[in-house]
Amino acid sequence: MIRYSWVIALLPFVSFLLTMFFGKRLPGKGAWIGMLAVGAGLAMSLAVLGHFVSGGAPYEASIHWFTIGAFDFELGEYIDGLTAVMLVVVTLVALCVQIYSMGYMHGDRRYVWFFAVLSLFTGSMLNLVIANNLFQLLVSWELVGICSYLLIGHWWEEKENSDAAIKAFITTKIGDVPFLIGIFGLTIAAGTTNIQGISEQAAAGAIPTVALTAGALLLFGGAIGKSAQFPLHVWLPDAMAGPTPVSALIHAATMVAAGVYLVGRMFLVFENAGPAALNVVATIACITMIGAALLAMVQDDIKKVLAYSTISQLAYMLAGLSLGPAGYTPGLFHLFTHAFFKALLFLGAGSVIHAVKTNNMSQMGGLRKHMPVTFWTFIIGSAALMGIPPLAGFWSKDEIITAAWSSGHHVVWVCAIITAVLTAFYMTRALLLTFYGEYRGEAHPHESPRVMTLPLVVLAGLSAVAGFFGASQLGAIFAEVVHLPGGAESEPFNYGMALVSIVCVGLGVAVGYRLYSTWREREPLLALGPLHRVLANKYYMDDFYMKYIVKPIQLQLSSAVNVFNTKVLDGIVHSFAYAARGLARLVEVFDRRAVDGAVNGIAQAAGTTGGMLKYLQSGNIQRYAVSLFVGVAILAVLILKVQ
Amino acid sequence: MNGHEIVFLILALAGLGAALKVVTTDNVVHGALYLVVALAMVGGVYLLLGAEFLAWVQVLIYVGAVVVLLLFSLMLTKAPIGPHALDNKQKGLAALIGFGAFAGLGLLIADAFEGSVGAPPTTTADIGASIFKDWVLPFEVVSILLLAALVGAVVIARKDDDE
Amino acid sequence: MISLKLVLLFSAGLFAIGVYGVLARRHAVLVLMSIELMLNAVNVNLVAFAQTFKDVTGQVFALFMITVAAAEVGIGLAIIILIFRNRETINIDEVDEMKW
Repeated sequence: MIRYSWVIALLPFVSFLLTMFFGKRLPGKGAWIGMLAVGAGLAMSLAVLGHFVSGGAPYEASIHWFTIGAFDFELGEYIDGLTAVMLVVVTLVALCVQIYSMGYMHGDRRYVWFFAVLSLFTGSMLNLVIANNLFQLLVSWELVGICSYLLIGHWWEEKENSDAAIKAFITTKIGDVPFLIGIFGLTIAAGTTNIQGISEQAAAGAIPTVALTAGALLLFGGAIGKSAQFPLHVWLPDAMAGPTPVSALIHAATMVAAGVYLVGRMFLVFENAGPAALNVVATIACITMIGAALLAMVQDDIKKVLAYSTISQLAYMLAGLSLGPAGYTPGLFHLFTHAFFKALLFLGAGSVIHAVKTNNMSQMGGLRKHMPVTFWTFIIGSAALMGIPPLAGFWSKDEIITAAWSSGHHVVWVCAIITAVLTAFYMTRALLLTFYGEYRGEAHPHESPRVMTLPLVVLAGLSAVAGFFGASQLGAIFAEVVHLPGGAESEPFNYGMALVSIVCVGLGVAVGYRLYSTWREREPLLALGPLHRVLANKYYMDDFYMKYIVKPIQLQLSSAVNVFNTKVLDGIVHSFAYAARGLARLVEVFDRRAVDGAVNGIAQAAGTTGGMLKYLQSGNIQRYAVSLFVGVAILAVLILKVQ
Repeated sequence: MNGHEIVFLILALAGLGAALKVVTTDNVVHGALYLVVALAMVGGVYLLLGAEFLAWVQVLIYVGAVVVLLLFSLMLTKAPIGPHALDNKQKGLAALIGFGAFAGLGLLIADAFEGSVGAPPTTTADIGASIFKDWVLPFEVVSILLLAALVGAVVIARKDDDE
Repeated sequence: MISLKLVLLFSAGLFAIGVYGVLARRHAVLVLMSIELMLNAVNVNLVAFAQTFKDVTGQVFALFMITVAAAEVGIGLAIIILIFRNRETINIDEVDEMKW
């Protein structure tokens, strides 16, 4: 089965083509094609995971694609534990989202296209995780970027949606530039694009540290863009303009995780690079963690709360990875669990939005009476996110906190703790505002149809139990599957740290409850005064980018280039034209005056001469005779002289 | 200076004098008559030089025919009787040219030619032999020319009364 | 016998007088007469040379010239008569229709 892992990635591409071309004519508008493909993929992925759970070895296979100069490009798959876990995550969440979308997107103006692009995305993401070389990874990376753009802008008739799509695309593209350079650098340094090849050389010290550090940092640039870390995080909140299933699949569980996956996949490069590489990762992660959590506190839009939460949690994962070998497994474990509960939370939010027709929590309230299934699954998801045992988030967060403490990265530890408090706070706030109190809006909320609540239940179940895969008390299966080469290292469970994290969570919940258990007209956080304003304006970062980067380019740079183009370049061309015209005029004058003048002058001279000579013709023969004789005389003299 | 030369001089001077009178006289008919004298003198010169036949032809044709012709035309064109001014405006220039011509020719002659004339006189038989042996073609052509001139003169001068 | 120079001088004199006459006389017939003088001068020249070099060709040529002169006088006079018939004048100065 593992040999055919590439089929898992291929099936969604096929379903994309089939849905796009034939979807309209099929019953159910072709949504089930995608589901079939992903479902089959899920089954195969579980089989592959099973291979690793039972202690199987990684597998690699490839075919030669093309050669440029000294570099061979291949198309291949590298399946290890990490890949298997990612395959399961992606296919499972994708399947839930597709089922959910049948209900959520019902009657949408571009229903078939939506499902087609969902399939395309799924296929690209799967291709990303099985890629065995940086080039294939890059191709998939860009493909998921395009799908994200297409899906964020699904309702592009409204300008804010198309703006958000462009913002997302361009911001991630800015991160892709260092990513590309990093790929080039590493490929040249290692002589191959193959990830395993590069990693082995890095571990063996065959690549100079400078090259590794530079390569690692440049690759991380791409991760910053894709995983919405500071300073390229600005696109993710705006991306909430897309349909909620898209937010759930792409911007919570899978695409944004690609950055984390990249760091994990290239971990040997990061590990063997200079200390700068992982330090930079840690710094960015810490800043993002706390910054995003603070921003989540002041949002009114429920999806934006979740978006900032995602940014914060991705930072958590990267912080985990930045701890070095000790943090490898914890960071990726958090990736695993986060996918489930974040997708759940988004789908739940979608269910709420579907019912009350608004995203704003200030117009919600008391929905637990109207939407019980949504409510209970949402609670489970929130608790998992906050890190309340025995739900999934607790195990993964706790591992990261423990690893931070025990590997001596105290700054990271402090940040993680603070973030845990903040996370608990803002999720409590969100919960209370949305589901408790009295309903403040004008719509008629009701529970969503079964097709939407079923995935919620499934994901809730997973959020509950997924943690047990990594629990060391239960054999730490996750660590068995996902570990650095050289065997699994699993820490024994640190009860002290667990207590610390539970206390933090409790603190956050308590404060949240205190402030929001009863509805107040005025947002309590406004008491923070100027700090609230800064947070509400997202640290003025969007304004900063707009004022100092976008507008200068859009207005000044473009208009400067335009002026240069029209005045200078066109001016040069025009001046040639003017010169030619001037020359032509000169030539015309010359032609008219000089040439024509000469010709006319000659004619006139002939006329004048004739006019003067005509007097010779007197009509008098004898005068002619005189001239004759004189002429003869002259001739005679000349001839005689000659002789 | 022998006898021939003296006779020649008399004839020449007479001839030149007559010629001068031709070109200066005011009376046209007198001019024609002076021409007769000049031509006759020239005939005399021929005789003196020994060209018998030519002298005879000269008198016959020039004096006999040409001058008569001229007189006839004078008559037909109502020649003015009596003296009239017969010189045109370029008299001075003409005199100059004439004099210049004489001067030039004179110088040339004085410079270039030696010898004397008057060998044994040429007989008619010699001339005839030369014409009909060496110069037949020109002779024929000239006769055609005469014919043409004859016809032409008639054509030109006739009154065209059938128009 | 007779010096060649003298004969030639006579011929030259006759010629010069003829030139003067052609150029200076008003009456057309007088011009023709002057032409005759010139022709005769040439004839004298020819004959003189013929007799000097004992070549009869000169005389033959002079003979032809006489003939041609006669023809030419005939034609010339015919033209003069025609002009007189048309213009009532034989004053050459007055026959200048071809003037500019």
